[in-house]
Amino acid sequence: MGTRRVSLRVNGVPQEAEVEPRTLLVYFLREGLGLTGTKVGCDTSSCGSCTVLMDGESVKSCTLLAVQADGREVTTIEGVAEGGELHPLQRAFQENHGLQCGFCTPGMVMAALGYLQKNPTPSEESVRLALEGNLCRCTGYTNIVRSILAAAPAMNGHAAAEAGVPGG
Amino acid sequence: MVQAVQRYVGGRVLRKEDSRLLTGRGRYVDDLALAGMVWMAVVRSPYAHARIKAVDVAPARDMPGVVAALSGDDLASEWAGPLPCVWPVTEDIKMPQHWPVAKDKVRYMGDAVAVVVATSRALACDAAEAVQVEYEPLPAVTDVEAAMAEDAPLVHEDLGTNKSFTWSHGGVGDVEGTFAKAPVVVKERYWHPRLIPNAMEPRGVLVQPGLSQGDFTMWSATQIPHVAKVTLAMVTGISEAKLRVVAPEVGGGFGSKLDIYAEEALCLALARRLQRPVKWIEERSENYLATIHGRGVLQDMELAATEDGKLLAIRAKLIADMGAYFQLITPGIPMLGAWLYGGCYKADAYWFEYTGVFTNQTPTDAYRGAGRPEATYAIERAMDALARRVGKDPAEVRRMNFIPPFSEPTALVTGLQADSGDYEATLDRALELAGYDELRKEQKARLDRKDAKLLGIGISTYIENCGWAPSSLLGAIRYAGGGWDSASVRVLPTGKVEVFTGTSPHGQGHETTWSQIVADGLGIPFDDIEVFHGDTAVSPLGFDTYGSRSLAVGGVALKMATDKVVDKARKLAAHELEVAEVDLDYESGRFSVKGAPKQARSIPELAFTAWQAHNLPPGLDPNLEASATFDPPNFTFPSGAHICAVEVDTETGKVDFLKYVAVDDCGTVINPMIVDGQVQGGIAQGIAEAMYEEAIYDENGILLTSSMMNYLVPSAVEIPVATLDRTVTPSSTNSMGVKGIGEAGTIAAPPAVLNAVADALSPLGVTDLQMPVSPQRVWHAIKNATGRNGGPA
Amino acid sequence: MIPAEFNYEVADSVDHALSLLAGYGPEAKLLAGGHSLIPMMKLRFARPSALVDIGRIAALSYVEQDDGHIRIGAGTRHHDVHHSPLIEAGCPLLSFTAGLIGDPQVRHKGTIGGSVAHGDPASDLPTVLLALDAEFVLTGSGGATRVVPASDFFKGFFETAIGPEEILTEIRVPKLGASSGWSYLKFSRRAQDWAIVGVAAIVERSNGGIGSARVALTNMGATPLRASSVEQALAGAERDAIPAAAAMAPEGTSPTSDTNAGANYRRHLADVLVGRAVEEALGGP
Repeated sequence: MGTRRVSLRVNGVPQEAEVEPRTLLVYFLREGLGLTGTKVGCDTSSCGSCTVLMDGESVKSCTLLAVQADGREVTTIEGVAEGGELHPLQRAFQENHGLQCGFCTPGMVMAALGYLQKNPTPSEESVRLALEGNLCRCTGYTNIVRSILAAAPAMNGHAAAEAGVPGG
Repeated sequence: MVQAVQRYVGGRVLRKEDSRLLTGRGRYVDDLALAGMVWMAVVRSPYAHARIKAVDVAPARDMPGVVAALSGDDLASEWAGPLPCVWPVTEDIKMPQHWPVAKDKVRYMGDAVAVVVATSRALACDAAEAVQVEYEPLPAVTDVEAAMAEDAPLVHEDLGTNKSFTWSHGGVGDVEGTFAKAPVVVKERYWHPRLIPNAMEPRGVLVQPGLSQGDFTMWSATQIPHVAKVTLAMVTGISEAKLRVVAPEVGGGFGSKLDIYAEEALCLALARRLQRPVKWIEERSENYLATIHGRGVLQDMELAATEDGKLLAIRAKLIADMGAYFQLITPGIPMLGAWLYGGCYKADAYWFEYTGVFTNQTPTDAYRGAGRPEATYAIERAMDALARRVGKDPAEVRRMNFIPPFSEPTALVTGLQADSGDYEATLDRALELAGYDELRKEQKARLDRKDAKLLGIGISTYIENCGWAPSSLLGAIRYAGGGWDSASVRVLPTGKVEVFTGTSPHGQGHETTWSQIVADGLGIPFDDIEVFHGDTAVSPLGFDTYGSRSLAVGGVALKMATDKVVDKARKLAAHELEVAEVDLDYESGRFSVKGAPKQARSIPELAFTAWQAHNLPPGLDPNLEASATFDPPNFTFPSGAHICAVEVDTETGKVDFLKYVAVDDCGTVINPMIVDGQVQGGIAQGIAEAMYEEAIYDENGILLTSSMMNYLVPSAVEIPVATLDRTVTPSSTNSMGVKGIGEAGTIAAPPAVLNAVADALSPLGVTDLQMPVSPQRVWHAIKNATGRNGGPA
Repeated sequence: MIPAEFNYEVADSVDHALSLLAGYGPEAKLLAGGHSLIPMMKLRFARPSALVDIGRIAALSYVEQDDGHIRIGAGTRHHDVHHSPLIEAGCPLLSFTAGLIGDPQVRHKGTIGGSVAHGDPASDLPTVLLALDAEFVLTGSGGATRVVPASDFFKGFFETAIGPEEILTEIRVPKLGASSGWSYLKFSRRAQDWAIVGVAAIVERSNGGIGSARVALTNMGATPLRASSVEQALAGAERDAIPAAAAMAPEGTSPTSDTNAGANYRRHLADVLVGRAVEEALGGP
C-alpha cells in the first residue's frame, strides 16, 4: 500500500510529506504538522469542528484524504490572525461571546470566514444557513450568529485596508 | 501609586480565555503528545447482553506496531477496586461491581471486552478489529417496566433482580387524605427520554508514567480532576500521593465528564504496565455508547387541587433507568429533583419516590440539570394540565399558587428552605416581553379561521436547587463526597496575582469571572490576575465543576480568600503607617489613614514589602496570600419564567418557533455576558431535548441513534433566538448573593416547549404528548385524537 | 475513525480511470468528492482495495448548453451546480435543489455525478433529475458512451445502471420553458439531514390550469420514484384537482421506517408535500 508524497501550502507555508493514502487531512494537519487547532468532534461529517479552507472554500478535513489536498492551499485556524492581532472575525467572536468551551470554535470561525469572504453583507438567516454543517453544544448559536454579523462590516473594512483603500 | 477605581463585578467583561481558543492555541487532551506515546483502542461489544465465551487477542498481538492486547481476565490483577459509585442512595441498594473491562458477560452495547495498544492511532484501530470475541447472545431488557417483570432477563444475575432500590422522600402532610378528598385530581404520565450529552469534545485520556519515581500524570477531558485523583487511586492502587490529574482545556461536559470512566483507569494501568505514555481518544460513535446518557425516567405525576385550581398536594412516583451499571452518581440523579416536584407553588402535602432499575443499555448519570429537568418538566406540564382541567389560563393558575415574594429562607412544600424568590415578578416580566395577550388573540384568530397552522403558548415557571451543600446534608443523603470548595489568592511581590481554584471550568469562563472578583477585591488590574485551575498539583483542594455550583461555592470561597488577603494587607499597612487598623480606610486596593489620605499603601506595595520582610509586624508571614474554604449552609434556588410561542403545522406535524422569552433570576450577577451565554446555551439544549433528541434502542438493545447523523443535535438553523431578561433577588445562602445559572435554561425550556405544543393542539382534543415532539409524534397525536390525518380544528 | 488500508491512484483522464479500475478489479472504487464514500470507509463499512481519484480530472467539471439541454460534467460540484447562471436560467429547479444538499462544506466537495452514481434513494438530486427526465452519459473503455434515461437509471437500493467498467461522465437536463413552474420540497428535521420525504414537481401551466405535471419522490422506496398516478390525475386538470391527485402520491411507494419516521407517516407526508409542491409549481391563483 505504501505512502505517497504530497506537497501543499498550509497557512502560506509550503509543506511536503510522505503520507499513507488513508491518512485523513485533519490528522495530517494535527499530527503531521502539529496544527492542533483544527478539531475532530465526530466521525460522520456532521459537526464541522474540523472545518478548514481549501483554496479559499470551507471543507471538512475529516472527510478528505491528505492526498486529496496535494497541490492545494489550505488555511487553518492558526493562519487566520495576522501579526499577533486577532482577525476582525475572531475579535467579533470575543466581543459577542460567541464561544464558551472553544472546541467547535475553530470550525465555526473557518466556516464563517469562507462564507463572509464571498458574502460580505449577509442576513441573519443566511448566516444561520451557512452554519448548518457546524454544531455547537454550549452557546445556543445566538452569539455565534451575532459575532458573524458583527464581523461582516469590520471585515469589509479590513479587506479595504489591505487593498490600500480607505476603510469602510 | 493608587489603583484606578474600577468595578469589574457586574460588568460585561470580555473573556480572557478567548484569544487562545480563537487562534487554535487551546490545548485539549488530543492536542497533547509525548515522546514514546502509544495509543489505546477499546474492543466493544456489539451485543447488549451476551455471555463472553472466549476472547482471542492473539491475532491483534501479532500485528505490526502492536505493543499489547489484553482481555478483561488479563487485566483483572490491575485493579485494587471496581469503578466507583459514590452515591448508594439507600441502605438496601443492590450494587453491581463494575470493572473497567467485562469478564463474564457484556451488559450493554459498547461494554468493553478487550483493549489493544499500538504505536499509532491507525494501527490501534486495525488491531482492535483483529481481536476475536465469541459471544453467546442473551435476551436483552431495555424498558424500565419490563425490567421489573418477574421473568425479565437479569442484567446482573447475582443480584437476583433488576430492581436496585426504591428511595422515598418520606412525604410531607396527609398525602393520601388530601388526594382522597380533593375535588380535582390530575394524573399524568411522562416519559423523559434518554439523552446523549454530546459535549463537542469527546472524552480523551493521556497518562505519563514517571521515569523512576512511580508517579503518574493523567490528562483527562474531565470536569472532576480532584475527584478523579481520589477515586482512581482507589481503583488502580496507585498511591494518591503519586497521582496528578490535569484537566487541560476541556471541550464541554454537561455532566458527561462528571464521571470516572473505565478508560481513565485503563490508561493508568497500561502506562504502569508498559511504562510508556498511553493515550486514548474517544470516537464520536464510541462516545454514544461508552459515555453516560442522561434522563431515561418514567414519571407518574399527580396533583390534587380545588375546583378553582388551588394546588393541595403533589405525588410523584418515578422509575429511573440506571442502564447496565452504576457510574459515579447514577443512583442519585433523580434525587437531585426530589424536592422540586412542587415547583414554586404552595401546597399542603407532598410525596416523592423513585425506583432505580437496571437495563441492558449505557449507564445513565448526570446530564445538564440532572433530576431537576425531570422534576420541572413534571410539575410544569401538570400545572398546564390542571389549568385546562379547571378552565383557567395557565398564567393565572400559576399566579394563584405562587409562594409570595421572600428574601429570607422560606419553606417549600417539599420541606426545603428556599433562599429567596419573587416568582410573580419574573412571570409578569415574561408575560409582558412575550406580548402574551396579543399571542392569545392571534391564537384565537387562527382557530376561528380554521388555519392549518395553529398557535400554542407554553409557560414554565421554574425553580431549582443547585450548589448542593452543606457537606453534612450530603452525608445524610448517603453521598460520599463533600459540598465545599476552596480557593487561594497570592499577591506576588511585583503586584501580579495568582489565583488557585478548586473549580474546573470547561467553557464557563471562570478565568474571567474569578479575575473580576479578585480585581475588585484587591484593586488590581484584571489583566494582572492569572487563574489556575484543573490541576491537582497546582490547586490541590477542590470539588470541581458541575451542578451549577462553581460560583455559588467556589466563587464565594474565592471572595473569602480575597477578603482574607485584604485583612492581612491591612495589618501590614497599619504597621507600616504606624496607625491602628481601625484608623485605615480601604478602597480599591489602597489603604489610607483616616483624615490623612496621602498617607497610604497599595496592595502591590504591601506585597513587595511583605516579601522583603524587612519590617513585618509580629506573627505575620512574609507574603500576601490566603486560602479559604466555603461549605454553604444551603443550596441556592435560581428561578424564572420562560414563555414560548410555537406554530404547529397540523398537516405535517412540524413545529416552528415564533417567540421564546426567558426571564431568569440568579441573584447577583458577576458578568451579565456570561450569564446570558449560559442561559442562551441552556435553552438551546432544553429545546433540543424537547424537540429533537432521543437515544433510541431497539428491543435487542441495539442503539439505533448511533451517530450525529441520526441523533439530532440541532444547528443554528433550528434553534431560535431567545429574548432574555432578568430579575435580581439576591440569595440569602452566601455573602455575594449569587445563585447558579449553568443549568437553568435546560431545566426551564422543555416544559415551556411541550406546553406550547400541547396548548396548540388541545382544541383538537390532544391530551397525551411526549418528548421529543417530532413531527411524526405530533401527527400521531392529532391522528389519535381526531381520527383524521391532520388539518385544522 | 481511520479507514482500513487501501491503494490510491490519481486518474488524469476518464480512460486512465477506467484502465486503473480494470486493473484493480471489482473491489476498487472511484473517488470523486468522497463525501459518501469516505465516511463509510472511516466506519469500515466500506473497505475498497483501491481508490481511483477522478476528482482531479478537470474535463469532468463543466456546465454547458445546447438548444434544448444543459450538459453538466459529472465531476461538477454541488456548489457549482447551485451557483451556475446557466443552470439557474435553464433549470432553476436543479440549481435550487443542489443548494439543499448537506451543508456548505459538503457542497464544496460533493459532486453531482457522485450523488447520482451512489444511488441513495434519500438523495435529493436523483429525484429532481428523474422529474426532469434527465439523461446520464456513461463512458466505457475506449471512450464508448451510452446514454441512459433517468427512468431506466435507478435500479434499486444503492444500485444504478452504471456497469462495472463504466464511469458516469455527464448529466443532460432538458431546459424548462417559460410555462414551466417548479418546486422541490425537502422535509427534514434538521437542515443538514437527508430528506425524510422530498417532492419534486414540475408543472406545465396552461390557461391558469395544469397542462401536464411531473412529480417525483425522494426516500419513498428503494429508488427515487415518479408519482405516476398523481401525474395522470393532474394532466389537463384545474387547481382544485390537486388535493385528490396528491392523495394518490403514496400509490406504488414502499417507504422504509427509521428513527425519524415510520412508513405510514412517510406516506402521509408524501400526500401533503405533493399537494404543496404542485401548488407552488403552479404558482399563485
